[in-house]
Amino acid sequence: MISAILVMAGIGLVLGGVLGWASIRYRVQDDPLVEKIDAILPQTQCGQCGFPGCKPYAEAISKGEADINLCPPGGNDGVKRLAELLGVEPKPLGAGMEPKPKAVAVIDENTCIGCTLCIQACPVDAILGAAKQMHSIIAEQCTGCELCLPPCPVDCISMQVIREDVATWKWRYPMHMMKRAA
Amino acid sequence: MSRKLFPFNGGVHPDGHKEASNATPIRAMPLLPRYVVPLRQHIGVPARPLVRAGERVARGQMIGAAEGYVSTAAHAPTSGTVLAVEPRAVPHPSGLFDLCVVIEADGEDRAVELQPLDWRNLDASALRNRIRDLGLAGLGGAVFPSYIKLNPGAQAIHTLILNGAECEPWITCDDRLMRERAAEIVLGAEIMRHALGCASVLFGVEDNKPEALAALRAAAPADMEVVSVPTLYPSGGGKQLTYLLTGVETPTGGRSTDVGIQVFNVGTAYSLYRAVCLGEPLLSRVVTVTGHVAEPGNFEARIGTPLADLLAAAGGALPGAVGEIIGGPMMGFDLLDRVAPVTKSVNCLLVKDPRLFPARPAALPCIRCGACARACPADLQPFEMYWFSRAKDFGKAQSYDLFDCIECGCCAYVCPSHIPLVDFFRYAKSEIWERERDKREADQARRRHEFKEFRLEREKKEKAEKFAKAAEKQKATAGTEAADPEEARKKAILQGALERARLAKEGVTPKNTDNLPAAVEKEIAEIDARRAQAETRPESGESTP
Repeated sequence: MISAILVMAGIGLVLGGVLGWASIRYRVQDDPLVEKIDAILPQTQCGQCGFPGCKPYAEAISKGEADINLCPPGGNDGVKRLAELLGVEPKPLGAGMEPKPKAVAVIDENTCIGCTLCIQACPVDAILGAAKQMHSIIAEQCTGCELCLPPCPVDCISMQVIREDVATWKWRYPMHMMKRAA
Repeated sequence: MSRKLFPFNGGVHPDGHKEASNATPIRAMPLLPRYVVPLRQHIGVPARPLVRAGERVARGQMIGAAEGYVSTAAHAPTSGTVLAVEPRAVPHPSGLFDLCVVIEADGEDRAVELQPLDWRNLDASALRNRIRDLGLAGLGGAVFPSYIKLNPGAQAIHTLILNGAECEPWITCDDRLMRERAAEIVLGAEIMRHALGCASVLFGVEDNKPEALAALRAAAPADMEVVSVPTLYPSGGGKQLTYLLTGVETPTGGRSTDVGIQVFNVGTAYSLYRAVCLGEPLLSRVVTVTGHVAEPGNFEARIGTPLADLLAAAGGALPGAVGEIIGGPMMGFDLLDRVAPVTKSVNCLLVKDPRLFPARPAALPCIRCGACARACPADLQPFEMYWFSRAKDFGKAQSYDLFDCIECGCCAYVCPSHIPLVDFFRYAKSEIWERERDKREADQARRRHEFKEFRLEREKKEKAEKFAKAAEKQKATAGTEAADPEEARKKAILQGALERARLAKEGVTPKNTDNLPAAVEKEIAEIDARRAQAETRPESGESTP
């Protein structure tokens, strides 16, 4: 009887010790939910959701302070994936938040005066240039956030929609006639 | 002779229709006035154009250079003038335009000097680089740059398989090539064996091509084996042929090289022979023109030949034709623009007529009969993949090994409900690719954004530290200053200058009236008083007329 109690107590102590050690050793520092939400957001860093970037929006969603349908670049597809992750009902994008086709900013090099304001505005450092030197956009890095448009004093930046080419072309959803089952 | 074969599961027996085009020898195309050479003919990065409009080129001159690793070169098919380097129609299911070099032939067909390679004594890496610059790419359909496939890499290749199965109905270009140019194909295989350093060489040819088998057997040396495989679509699939001949299964998501086997099309071997032994770049390929045409057959067409001209060479489409397919009826796609040229991947131009190619009947709902799964040569469950692709649940579709699907079309062929299954799989695959592309871009944007924030934060901190340091230094020097009279004097001068500058900035005009003797001050006061009186007088004068 005594030995049985001792054995059980011993096992309990050992397992408890292991669990206690593991909880310290493998502690998760960051909120994993924020990371998961952030992974779904398109990282345009455009601020259309009203937060200064995708990460702050993700944090607000995880705290329940923001709705999931505030991200136009993510589109309805993004909302759906957020809803799946959070286990809530998907909803259409917020009013006035129409997803736009993907675009890149283009600087009209003849008009640019080299003021560097757009460089400071770009959230992903996708604009190259220096004071009084012509600025240029690195198209591959541009997220199409449009944050460089308002600061430009000479309005020399425009958005160019990315057209699909042979490499990025996608097979369409098959539109086949479905015969009515009699 | 009696090699043990390992039949793969599934497969179908569509009507071959090979006899329509395999009876006549390969015909050469006449020189055309104009060629359109796309710069993206292979898998990977398109070639970088090397010529500009107005430039003169010679046959075999490189007009597009390989760019990056997975890429290969493009060459001028004849001598003439470059008319334009611009987007043109290309044979692609999208019908989109792509960058092409348009060449107006001068009729001389002048060639650049060709340099045959001494491949037996050439360094393997140098040989591969030459093959890349000669534009070699797989002619079986995937058009993967050949020089990469000829690099054994870390994984030793023990077996080379030459794919002459040509299982797709209607197509006979490899059949004719094997019948007529078996010796050259064998030489090409010899070069491949040398580059890969492998011992065993196998030719796999379907038994519906007895003449091709006989020709290869006559040409092949004793240490190469020509194997007749049963006619069953898709035995010409790389993984299927590998399993059929060796019993080795290619792992999911892998290539046959992972199990030490490399597969090349016989057409590629022939082109490799021409490239290495004659020094000639990949300028032409054999294309089958068949179906509803006047004189079906095989044509040696230069890369860049407009398909309309190719069709005309075969006597043109017969009345009642309803469009063309690029490739075969199982895996091909509808040609949207006949202006599009022959590329390295175009093996067949198939003209449809309503009798042989009736419109696909309307689809019925899936009844989960499992016929597709039994027919699938990749051992997949097409009906499950179909459900998830249709519901746009791509993650689930992928979990059913969607990417092991070779799009052979067996499932759609046997489907009693006539569901276009392959269309769904292609759709799902391209959606998944796009998502992966988006994800990569998003990850990159996240990293860049995080770095920018980190950089701004760091700059702010650095500035604050600098200020703090400067303030500390000032404080420290304040005590020592008083001791040094020279320093104090300098400081006083500086202070005076700063003060004057400050006053000037504030708009205060300094008056040089400080420290004046009493007499002068009195004089000034009197003058000021007079001035004030003088100013008020005219004013009062105006007010009292």
